[in-house]
Amino acid sequence: MARVTVQPSPPTSLRSGGGRVRSAASADRREGWLRRLPLLPALIYVILVTQLPFVLTIFYSVQSWNLLSLAPARFIGLRNYLDILNDPSIRIAIWNTIVLTICAVAISVALGVAIAVLLNREIFGKGILRTLMIGPFLVMPTAAALMWKDTLLNPLTGFVNYLLTPIGLGTFDFINRFPMASIVAIEVWRWTPFMMLIVLAGLQSQNQEVLEAAEVDGARPLQMFRYITLPSIRPFIELGALLGSLFIVQSFDTIFMTTQGGPGEATTNLPFKLYLEAFQAFDIGRASAIGVLAVILTMIVATFALRTLFSIFQVEARR
Amino acid sequence: MSVQAGRTQRGKAVASKVGWSALAWLVAIVFFFPVLWMALEGLKTEVQAASIPPTILFTPTLSAIQEVLSRDFPPYLINSASATLGSTLLVLVLGLPAAYALSIRPVKRTRDVLFFLISTRFLPFAASLVPLYILARNLHLLDNIMALVIIYTTINLPLGIWLLRSFMLELPHELVEAARVDGASMRHELTRIVIPLITPGIAATSLICLIFSWNEFFYAVNFTSSIAATSPIFLVGFISGRGLFYAKLAAAATLASLPVLLAGWIAQKQLIRGLTMGAVK
Repeated sequence: MARVTVQPSPPTSLRSGGGRVRSAASADRREGWLRRLPLLPALIYVILVTQLPFVLTIFYSVQSWNLLSLAPARFIGLRNYLDILNDPSIRIAIWNTIVLTICAVAISVALGVAIAVLLNREIFGKGILRTLMIGPFLVMPTAAALMWKDTLLNPLTGFVNYLLTPIGLGTFDFINRFPMASIVAIEVWRWTPFMMLIVLAGLQSQNQEVLEAAEVDGARPLQMFRYITLPSIRPFIELGALLGSLFIVQSFDTIFMTTQGGPGEATTNLPFKLYLEAFQAFDIGRASAIGVLAVILTMIVATFALRTLFSIFQVEARR
Repeated sequence: MSVQAGRTQRGKAVASKVGWSALAWLVAIVFFFPVLWMALEGLKTEVQAASIPPTILFTPTLSAIQEVLSRDFPPYLINSASATLGSTLLVLVLGLPAAYALSIRPVKRTRDVLFFLISTRFLPFAASLVPLYILARNLHLLDNIMALVIIYTTINLPLGIWLLRSFMLELPHELVEAARVDGASMRHELTRIVIPLITPGIAATSLICLIFSWNEFFYAVNFTSSIAATSPIFLVGFISGRGLFYAKLAAAATLASLPVLLAGWIAQKQLIRGLTMGAVK
């Protein structure tokens, strides 16, 4: 497989003086810009739409500015930050974000691995099974959330409630009684197929000869899974978990459609809180401060994520 | 004796295959059931869709689908399609040259650029939401498809570049070298040689753009209201539904989900690779 080799640039200090060398250096520079040219439109676009606004977010976050009031924006220093850090509802939102992300990722990874192992066995109708399994991931999240709320977990007409009637849960209001668990369940339903797809690809790239050799040597299935399969699919599990957490940290659709962050603040996560501050209260200063806070929190997670991602890519390239 | 042992072993293997298959089918059906139920509810009458016990056997009717389509759903679908198509095209136009500059004729510090690009994808939308909203408001782009096209392009461009790059890295070196010796310009090299060879990569990129743009909700609900509202916004109208509306809801949900479902099912191989930005093949 091809690899990127970054061309080492000759140290410029050695090449000063001498007309010919200088022209070579300028040709080098020309070549460098020629190479950069195709990259520039995309790079400039990304910087304009993500980096510049972020600088503005920081700027707004030290202002008192509400779109609903006629008072002009004014500088108030770090007061927005002090406000949100002292606001118990922000702490609840951060906590809910952590709970939702960790639970949904952990459960969907565990289920994803189990189902991938199951689908990797000698079974009937593998292709169809895989096709069915990825359905939940492809359905529009807003649509799925409403279907769960109105036709599956509805205490009056829900299908799940109907199935659970024999054990006395026929009229149990899951979403109101266990709001966070319900959101986690819906997210797990949506993300398990994603994890399964990645792990299945890992299982299929496993070295079959090693497995056969181990079998000949009399290794038991559980031992083989623990000592051969698991280490070889570990990078795939990590990749799935990291990508999954980066997406689930931002989850908004399911909460908006099923609980609207309630009851009370039981399912208000940071994205939903941001939505409330920015688009219900129109408090630009506070919303921006929450934005900066969210960025800092995400950066901590993302640093790990990106490091893992790069190590996986390097493994791929070495192959 | 040994023949019998062989037979029982084979019998055991078949039994185990049947057992594991049954388990796998059970699991898959549990996961798929909500999708199936959505489609089924959309083919019922309103009374059947809300009945207790649930209606399992029924004569399918298209009345709910006809009703949502004859009401105001089509404009929402058209908006979704325009936002998706527009941003996908923009991702390809910007992403193909960029991927080229990060693989075939790599710029210095390629790694840093890749790192930077993907970090923008995982920056929470909180980072840029408020300024983008105010900018859109001042430029009169609120409730305008263009705002969604611009934002969806931002969401998909980093993934697209990584993905396209992973396909370009697989091209045989000699091919590109040969063209270069023949004196092909960079533009020529990209449009005549690279692009035709990575059509699967372009398909995978388009699929990922389709999934993320078509299903996107957060920006759609906050940046549009009526004229430019996309199909998930139509579903918001059902949140506090009164009376009998499950069949209509399910019909709309099915119609809204169909494009991504079909595309994802058809291009399953591209799906994994796309979702992992080319890391998993």
